[in-house]
Amino acid sequence: MRIDDHPILSFPETDTVTFTYEGKEIAAKKGETIAAALHNEGIIELRRSGDKQRPRGLFCAIGKCSSCLMKVDGVPNVRTCITMASEGMRVEKQNGFPELPREVNDLKPGSIDTAEPDLLVVGGGPAGLKSGLVAAEAGADVIIVDENPFLGGQLIKQTHKFFGSSEQEAGIRGVDIGEELVERVERHKNIKSMTSTSSVGIYEDTVGVYKNMSHFQKINPRKTIIATGATEDMITFPNNDLPGIYGAGGVQTLMNVYGVKPGEKVVMVGAGNVGLIVSYQLLQAGVDVEAIVEIAPRIGGYFVHAAKLRRFGVPILTGHRVLEVEGKERVEKVKVAETNGSGGIVQGSVVDYEVDILALAVGLSPSYKLLGHAGCELQFQPQLGGYVPTRNERMETTVGGLYVAGDAAGIEEATSALLEGTIAGADVGLKIGEGGKAEEDLINDSQEKLSRLRAGPFYRDLRESLKEVGV
Amino acid sequence: MKRRKEEIPLWQSKGYLPAERVNLPPGERMLEGPVAVIECPQRIPCDPCEESCPVGAIHMEDINGVPTVDTEKCTGCSICVENCPGLAIFTLDCSMEGGCEVTLPYEFKLPEIGEEVSALNRKGEEVTKARVKKIKTKENSSGDTSTVTIEIPEEYVKEVRNIRRMK
Ligand SMILES: Cc1cc2nc3c(=O)[nH]c(=O)nc-3n(C[C@H](O)[C@H](O)[C@H](O)COP(=O)(O)OP(=O)(O)OC[C@H]3O[C@@H](n4cnc5c(N)ncnc54)[C@H](O)[C@@H]3O)c2cc1C
Ligand code: SF4
Ligand code: SF4
Repeated sequence: MRIDDHPILSFPETDTVTFTYEGKEIAAKKGETIAAALHNEGIIELRRSGDKQRPRGLFCAIGKCSSCLMKVDGVPNVRTCITMASEGMRVEKQNGFPELPREVNDLKPGSIDTAEPDLLVVGGGPAGLKSGLVAAEAGADVIIVDENPFLGGQLIKQTHKFFGSSEQEAGIRGVDIGEELVERVERHKNIKSMTSTSSVGIYEDTVGVYKNMSHFQKINPRKTIIATGATEDMITFPNNDLPGIYGAGGVQTLMNVYGVKPGEKVVMVGAGNVGLIVSYQLLQAGVDVEAIVEIAPRIGGYFVHAAKLRRFGVPILTGHRVLEVEGKERVEKVKVAETNGSGGIVQGSVVDYEVDILALAVGLSPSYKLLGHAGCELQFQPQLGGYVPTRNERMETTVGGLYVAGDAAGIEEATSALLEGTIAGADVGLKIGEGGKAEEDLINDSQEKLSRLRAGPFYRDLRESLKEVGV
Repeated sequence: MKRRKEEIPLWQSKGYLPAERVNLPPGERMLEGPVAVIECPQRIPCDPCEESCPVGAIHMEDINGVPTVDTEKCTGCSICVENCPGLAIFTLDCSMEGGCEVTLPYEFKLPEIGEEVSALNRKGEEVTKARVKKIKTKENSSGDTSTVTIEIPEEYVKEVRNIRRMK
């Protein structure tokens, strides 16, 4: 179902394209992904699993998990959450482990193009866009690739006003900060941005990218910045794979990017900032939030985010956990119980919630795979979300010329992603562009702002971990 | 020996401030005209309240400090209400006959002026009915957040922090 009346966002009318799903015609908005269009029609089961034929729907909605794979125009394993619907497309539910087609022309490699920019940025979220802009300003010619159909990463989904310092972007909505950044990047003559383009591997001096799941290209940059963001975490409980169980970011993408209402009633797991913020956005999209379930004894996110939800009567159940989900083909019921502090549950505390969505906001892990592929030294730092690369204070990894910025360097927030992007971009500018004093100043200024941002009690453990990775 | 369980304050475990934890402006001050109350008890990196106040009535030690209002300086202009990203500030005004006005940030479909709405407490429970007196839309707001001013009986001014439309 489409969201037609939103207090913050507007979803303008666009042309429609028609594709078929299992032979049935589906109307999609132009620019919408296959999964969003199907969701709008109430089709949330997208495939069946390989061994047990279990129903699966989408989870992350940004191309990071494999939950939404479908067969598109005869090609299996297409990530339908990041593939735009187009006129006449043939979409089929995928069953089990499909056989790879041998006769599809698109899969045959043709001639391979090569580009040779000064800088390649992988990932067009706040970190990537900012780094590309700063390097381009210093005279570098830049290519930015992003595998989603739009630039802006997580930032363009955030309808709430940002915290932080008024000197920076505090008080401005994430979506507005994101839109401005995207515009500046698109206008810049030194930057070429490629959306719907995945970087699939980093080799000796080449990065392989795949455009629109059909066109392979080699990019041989002088420097590379990896700003691939993060992946949402999963937790274990019976039936955690049913359609209707989404990452909180997945729900956010559906409603705030595509204007599709993810369901009618939701239980949210996790009372960190992501869980709290997305719950509030669900209310704004007209979805009932039945409860927020948090295993810890206290709310992890900011009190003010929690208070906004409580004022609307949303219960925040600290010291509770999800026991299991029930449902035949999709989520129908979520069982929640109070924990007893020693691994078990309090007798008689089980409550059933009849909902159609369970959203998980249980943590994010840096998307480090490309960094691993390139041979960077990685460290496991739980406070930063998982595996992160060792780097110097200018964000260069142990592989010379390869930088990291944003959530891929450790889970923080958009403001720090922007600052890290500035540092990496300015250092690239210094090394290859005509960069000089201006870039040195930018680096010093951003480093100072970062340390001020990380000074508060919320960041104590993070500061320790950052020291270990080299910052 | 059994270890004593660590006491967790209610606002950290349940997500709302109990009335006794709120730094309410003195009663006489509310009788004089509108004045701000900030319900933001945690050290978080955030400062738009302090930065937006035109008369410098909001103070915090540093960007991570807990904001406090100088109720003598505060003019009740509600600019901080419009600018706080945490939607944690309200203005209270008991200068009129027989009731008080509460101005609150509101990021949902706006009610109409004169509409009767449910007035909710910090837990979202209805404590009384209220009438909408004033509305400032997002477009007219200095901080991109719309505000709604409602009139309620004086005894609820400590509690009412939200509204719900009845239809
Ligand atoms: C619900 C929610 C609420 C938040 N609230 C706040 C807040 O209030 N304040 C705040 O400061 N921050 C907030 N954040 C955090 C902030 O959004 C992130 O920290 C920030 O977006 C990280 O920026 P990034 O550029 O590192 O990554 P992202 O924004 O995640 O962007 C990464 C991009 O890389 C692309 N990509 C990944 N892999 C590849 C590949 N192989 N090839 C091509 N492209 C690829 C992705 O498509 C994506 O667009 C919030 C986050 C969430 C999820
Ligand atoms: S109401 Fe106006 S004067 Fe009072 S603290 Fe807020 S911004 Fe300052
Ligand atoms: S602006 Fe709002 S959320 Fe930020 S410190 Fe001030 S009162 Fe708290």
